[in-house]
Amino acid sequence: MVDNNLLFQYLLRLGDDQQILSQRLSEWCGHAPTLEEDLALANIALDLLGQARSLYTYAGEVEGAGRDEDQLAFLRYENEYTNALIVERPNGDFAHTITRQLFYSVYMDLHWNALLSSKDETVRAIAAKAVKEVDYHVRHAAEWVIRLGQGTEESHQRMVEALEEFAIYTGELFEMDDLAQQMFKAGVGVDLTLLRPEWEQQIAAVLGEAGLRMPEVNWMQTGGRSGEHTEHLGHLLCELQYMQRAYPGMTW
Amino acid sequence: MSEKFTPLWEVFIRARNGLAHKHAGSIHAADAEMALQAARDVYTRRGEGQSLWVVRSDQIVASDPSDKDMMFEPTASKIYRHPTFYEIPEEVGNM
Amino acid sequence: MYSQGLIGADGSTVETEEFLEAFQKRVDAEQKIEPNDPMPEGYRRTLVRQISQHAHSEIVGMLPEGNWITRAPTLRRKAALLAKVQDEGGHGLYLYSAAETLGVSREELTDQLLTGAAKYSSIFNYPALTWADIGAIGWLVDGAAIMNQIALCRCSYGPYSRAMIRICKEESFHQRQGYEILLTLCRGTDAQKKMAQEAVNRIWWPALMMFGPHDSASTHSDQSMHWKIKRFSNDNLRDKFVNATVPQAEYLGLTVPDPNLKWNEEKQGYDYSDIDWDEFWRVVKGDGICNRDRIKARQKAHREGAWVREAALAFAEKRAGAADAARTAAE
Repeated sequence: MVDNNLLFQYLLRLGDDQQILSQRLSEWCGHAPTLEEDLALANIALDLLGQARSLYTYAGEVEGAGRDEDQLAFLRYENEYTNALIVERPNGDFAHTITRQLFYSVYMDLHWNALLSSKDETVRAIAAKAVKEVDYHVRHAAEWVIRLGQGTEESHQRMVEALEEFAIYTGELFEMDDLAQQMFKAGVGVDLTLLRPEWEQQIAAVLGEAGLRMPEVNWMQTGGRSGEHTEHLGHLLCELQYMQRAYPGMTW
Repeated sequence: MSEKFTPLWEVFIRARNGLAHKHAGSIHAADAEMALQAARDVYTRRGEGQSLWVVRSDQIVASDPSDKDMMFEPTASKIYRHPTFYEIPEEVGNM
Repeated sequence: MYSQGLIGADGSTVETEEFLEAFQKRVDAEQKIEPNDPMPEGYRRTLVRQISQHAHSEIVGMLPEGNWITRAPTLRRKAALLAKVQDEGGHGLYLYSAAETLGVSREELTDQLLTGAAKYSSIFNYPALTWADIGAIGWLVDGAAIMNQIALCRCSYGPYSRAMIRICKEESFHQRQGYEILLTLCRGTDAQKKMAQEAVNRIWWPALMMFGPHDSASTHSDQSMHWKIKRFSNDNLRDKFVNATVPQAEYLGLTVPDPNLKWNEEKQGYDYSDIDWDEFWRVVKGDGICNRDRIKARQKAHREGAWVREAALAFAEKRAGAADAARTAAE
């Protein structure tokens, strides 16, 4: 039997990752390098938002305290969000956004694929839908990374800087803290460490084709899973939560 | 204006198997792969498609509208190409 | 969303009487004009201007609503708003494509927007200050747009008409989502209802302005109607909009900010005050509260995206070069 409180925490964590990245990507809306890309980024943001909603809704059911997707999405304190640090980092330029998309989408693609054999039926169903969406996110990011890496001197340099910035946040994605361990043991979650070699291989393949390589990382940053964030999450939440905080308890 | 032109592509969508691809519109993209992605992201957001074609607009060879009479008028008088040209007694039934 | 009744289009043309008559005959017979067909230069110029103004309006129109995506109060509303603003980007794209069939490039059209040479609907030079504005924009601005756009589905120019049909189909949810937002506010607390009323007060008049100047002051309207680029007059559509919208406001329990609004039994329509045309022209000419911000935001996106577009083109060239080299080597 799975401990409901642990499952609840686990679903929130998965939901937070998708929601926060969706929020970041939606900031691009109306400001992307081309109109076509504006639509592409919005599509990805909408996919992630849909995944977050399914996860929060299920989390609310598991918790059994009557909280709905919005109460979970909007009405928690900063240290109660347990998303990975990588998704809360600011968008930066297009190279930064695309680099994060590559790192994160490849990770999530492997993660969702592994969750297809979760013992939890609802998680399996969410994963089955998400896998198809994230397959495309990987392709979208990889094609861009190749073009930016090989495009011009400037685009190459921007990619080098973006890789430098985000590489240090990739280690956290594969951490097996207590919650992750327990969920793995319960057959709901995934042994994330097992995903890492495949992730590294896929990233290296794309970067290789782009004429880029993964920078050396001395220290992987971590903290998001235990609610210790970078300074950027607070500002993101100010916007995200603005309406719910300014007008508490109302229906929208 | 110094901006280089990004090529234009025509987008064709097969709504479902059994139907032909139909022209849906156009997009701009630097190369074929990006064109396909852009076509997907722009023109299939409401379940419009099962299959996509993209073709560079400058690769399409079009007939000249001023040749319209020469190209398409002569066929108008060839009514013997249509089934209704032939008279079959009603008693024979459907043919 | 639609650009208001065309501003400053010059429909004058120099073709022979005979040519113009033949063209008019086709138009009168409701035959669609397609890209490579012979057409009067004035017709082409008017269309490029109208379609590109319309496209620019969609693109600039992403900004006031885009301003609220990250602050949407629920996940459901956020998804709807993001999809709606995305649609506007798509609609701008369809319209640029339609304009491109007339021999102008996306790059040229973008340049005209960024340098201020081209106009766009001045409704987007008004700010979206509260969440209720998102409701009011959907209901009133998209409502006015749909009024215009339905009429344009029958435009004589094939690519424009086809783009409009696709756009109308996609936009049918836009007005409904706006109205639903306001309906929720009006059934909510006093604070929410006040927010809704204030948004309607802000957006009502600018929405009526979207239909453009009075018919009597709309200089090139006649020619556009004659060529069936436009199918209904500005005032005609505006009246239709007011008649359709006032009962919807009543259902919400909101008032429209016009003390002279009154049902006229005889004409079976509403009488309403005249628009403040000084404000209209001031905003069109650049002195609305958001004009500069809007253009700056577009310039910034364009400038900061330049290296991305260059990189994509450079990569395509390299790859094409490599393919050529491989072919030569193989021969």
